Amino acid sequence: MVDKTLELFDCGHRACGGCGAALAARLVTKAAGTNTIVVSATGCMEVFSTPYPETAWKVPWIHSLFENASAVASGVEASLKKQGRTEKVVIMAGDGATFDIGMICISGAFERGHDFTYICYDNEAYMNTGIQRSGATPYDASTTTSPAGKCSFGNKRPKKDIPQIIAAHGAPYVATASIAYPADLMQKVEKAINTVGPCYIQVHAPCCTGWGFEGEQTIAVAKLAIETGLWVNYEMVDGKVVKAKKVVRKPVEEYLKTQKRFRHLFKPTRQDAEIATIQAIADRNAEKYAIDIKLKKE
Amino acid sequence: MSLAVGCRARPGKARDNKTGSWRVFKPVFGKEKCTLCGLCMTLCPEGCVHETEEGFITPDYTYCKGCGICAQECPGEAIEMKQEEK
Repeated sequence: MVDKTLELFDCGHRACGGCGAALAARLVTKAAGTNTIVVSATGCMEVFSTPYPETAWKVPWIHSLFENASAVASGVEASLKKQGRTEKVVIMAGDGATFDIGMICISGAFERGHDFTYICYDNEAYMNTGIQRSGATPYDASTTTSPAGKCSFGNKRPKKDIPQIIAAHGAPYVATASIAYPADLMQKVEKAINTVGPCYIQVHAPCCTGWGFEGEQTIAVAKLAIETGLWVNYEMVDGKVVKAKKVVRKPVEEYLKTQKRFRHLFKPTRQDAEIATIQAIADRNAEKYAIDIKLKKE
Repeated sequence: MSLAVGCRARPGKARDNKTGSWRVFKPVFGKEKCTLCGLCMTLCPEGCVHETEEGFITPDYTYCKGCGICAQECPGEAIEMKQEEK
């Protein structure tokens, strides 16, 4: 059993007040325990947790480059295996390092079948360098490289479905989680760590600075993403969805209105067609993962 | 300062960085309304909320950035955000 009272991601890191990724790191290390080696890709978390000579990590931690976290983890895992050691390897990478830059190394590592757990904290853009769009940026979000204005409503492409791509590599356990449901997140991390083979968990981690909301709202925003159906918490075992969190769905507007990155959909004029397109994304999610709770009609 | 090979740092050395100085609003924990559910301890991104020896829950003001997540999420509304006096 892992002692969940230990703080393995310590105070003093330089994340913004109300950072979703910092909370994700705390919960993941809590669930993983002390017998863990963390490999980080470049990203906001790597920068705010380890400005030299400081480190917030209390477990062995290594960082090399943006693109090669899974290749480094592969080497660490192979070496531990050869030495007969029992440490578990956990990768912590952002959505930029996972969806875009690290894709080649990830594909290779999952295909080779190393025994590690890959955690992607998904804050839906390159937050560290100033909010540039990534493959994880949702439809119509305004970022510095997909700015909303007279000619555009922001990011034109929908979010890439990485969990399905990873599952297609034959990963035994793939899951999505959210910082708004910490017990569920920690349970999934434990399950992934105890599963032999490469496992993947994508954690929805709102970024108050990048998305444009007050730091205190981080959990509320993460919860709204689930309640509107724009984020689905599910588990895939051997490529099949075995469990998905069911909700009584709210209209997507409630989620969009909380964030400045979607402000152009409401001001100066309300863009009904664009909001309907985003609602259709949520409806498709709901159908695909069967998350709707059917209320009995009175 | 001499650079160690591979830029090593002592585990948890970030504690040298007292982030409490960032705070604008300070969470004040009310003992009467608190039910010790521990949600604030789970949801604090700093991990600085802890239980004292007397059995009360309190944040470590040396590191608390005053983000207000604890006050926002507290089911008993036992935490109040107050302007920091400096």
